[in-house]
Amino acid sequence: MNWKSWGISKSPWLYHVNTGSCNNCDIEIVDCLTPKFDVERFGGKLVGSPRHADVLMVTGPMTRKSKPRFERILEASAKPFIVAAVGTCACSKGMFHDAYNCIGPVRKVTEALDEEIMVLNIPGCPPRPEAIIDGLVTGLNQLKEVKL
Amino acid sequence: MATTIPIGPYHPLQEEPEHYLLTVEEEEVIDVDVQIGYNHRGIEKLSEKKTFNQVPFLVERVCGICSHSHPYAYCLAVEDCGDIEVPERAKYIRTLIGELERIHSHLLWAGLAGHFIGYDTVFMWAWKYREDVLDLLELLTGNRNAYAMMKPGGVQREIKREDLEGARPKLETLREKSEMLYNAILDDPVLKARLEGVGVLPREDARAFGALGPTSRASGLPADVRADFPYGVYDELDWKVITREDGDTLARVEVRLLETLESIKMTEQIIDEIPDEGSIDSEPENVPAGEGIGNYEAPRGECFHYVQSDGSNRPVRHKIRAPTFMNFPTYKSTCKGETVADATIILASVDPCYSCTERAISLKNNEDVDLLELSQQKTADLKQEYGVDKSPLEEVLDE
Ligand code: SF4
Repeated sequence: MNWKSWGISKSPWLYHVNTGSCNNCDIEIVDCLTPKFDVERFGGKLVGSPRHADVLMVTGPMTRKSKPRFERILEASAKPFIVAAVGTCACSKGMFHDAYNCIGPVRKVTEALDEEIMVLNIPGCPPRPEAIIDGLVTGLNQLKEVKL
Repeated sequence: MATTIPIGPYHPLQEEPEHYLLTVEEEEVIDVDVQIGYNHRGIEKLSEKKTFNQVPFLVERVCGICSHSHPYAYCLAVEDCGDIEVPERAKYIRTLIGELERIHSHLLWAGLAGHFIGYDTVFMWAWKYREDVLDLLELLTGNRNAYAMMKPGGVQREIKREDLEGARPKLETLREKSEMLYNAILDDPVLKARLEGVGVLPREDARAFGALGPTSRASGLPADVRADFPYGVYDELDWKVITREDGDTLARVEVRLLETLESIKMTEQIIDEIPDEGSIDSEPENVPAGEGIGNYEAPRGECFHYVQSDGSNRPVRHKIRAPTFMNFPTYKSTCKGETVADATIILASVDPCYSCTERAISLKNNEDVDLLELSQQKTADLKQEYGVDKSPLEEVLDE
């Protein structure tokens, strides 16, 4: 672990990007912030700008109209950062695998832009808040082994 | 001099991407425009490839907050098309889940509305109490959000009597908490100052724009599909349509919170009255050629589905119209003359849901293509990939 990974793993600030999801994953992400699940215990906090973020929480199967915006967000984010693909849509397009307007999944877009970006997959339709927290914590623990 | 303030598409305020253009003169909003299309996935087209029983799972993913409304409206449309009878017990189960969903959606909105005006206490409280409804839904259906209960002709799963009885104490606490939230919100001088008289939608405008759901009911129009064209068991329950005359944001908050209480009341009645015996599924064999419509009162207003069948096992056309589509134009009336700071809560006060609304987009400013072309292209590519000129179904039909 170098100092960059250490910095991210301690209190990950989250930025939420919806690339055409059905809202379900999004409300579960917001649920994580509310009293019952409360990710602030791990230092997680939703922030308003990708420039402040350590983790991009991406949901949705990446529609044609949101792809260029998502790429701009990736460029605008403070490096290093990790991308968490929340929900089956973001991980593999799930139900929308053969939809004409969905050109995801998220990993395809990040890889086309920069192979180095680390993508965490948190599957589920929608993943429960417990799963999202578990996925995040597991991912952040793995940061100990990688150099960003 | 008029300036345009762009808000979005990605901004901290709302969960979904959407782009507002506020035209302002100093602090005053003089015009507003919305650009959507970020959420368009092509569900109507996908639905043509699924069998009638598979479509409910797909339309559940139209919107995660109304994940019972869309399948319900779709099933009503299919049942209308094929004259399919639904067993009494299934109707009760459908209505029960529908009302629980309304409670969860209204509490969710109340919390977000608090968040939009910077009052995070309301947000945390409302979402904390909302967890109780989600627990109830999990108890009854096994899922927190996408319940997967609907199918044409009935429901997918039984709900056991023990589970229903187990829900009662939770409902009681839920009522207490919702009443407390209602009183706390209406007594709060800060909220009153921010919401009262803000974003007034006059009754005539609500009618002219065709506003639906709580937005219209807060302006004195008692439009509610549950009362106007009752489906499920609403005509057997004792409940009333909540309306307010003021048409301002406070009225919209009030209508939603009172509806929450009304829904809790209905849920309790359903638990009392639901028959313990009986089938839950009429197992329809096939859907004859024809067309059908389904209207359902979703938490945000009337959700409308149209299904056309040619006698095969798949819909040939499936059209969805979500309530937010009708509520968008009211911005033209409510936002004008307000300040930029108030515009956020006014925009949010119709409880917009973009993933429901975005049934079609134009990609002109992005890539110069048309969606219809894209979707036909996709089918043509597939056919080429499989080396056939016709789709597999067409070939079977030809033989
Ligand atoms: S994974 Fe499921 S719940 Fe999440 S956005 Fe996709 S369809 Fe909705």
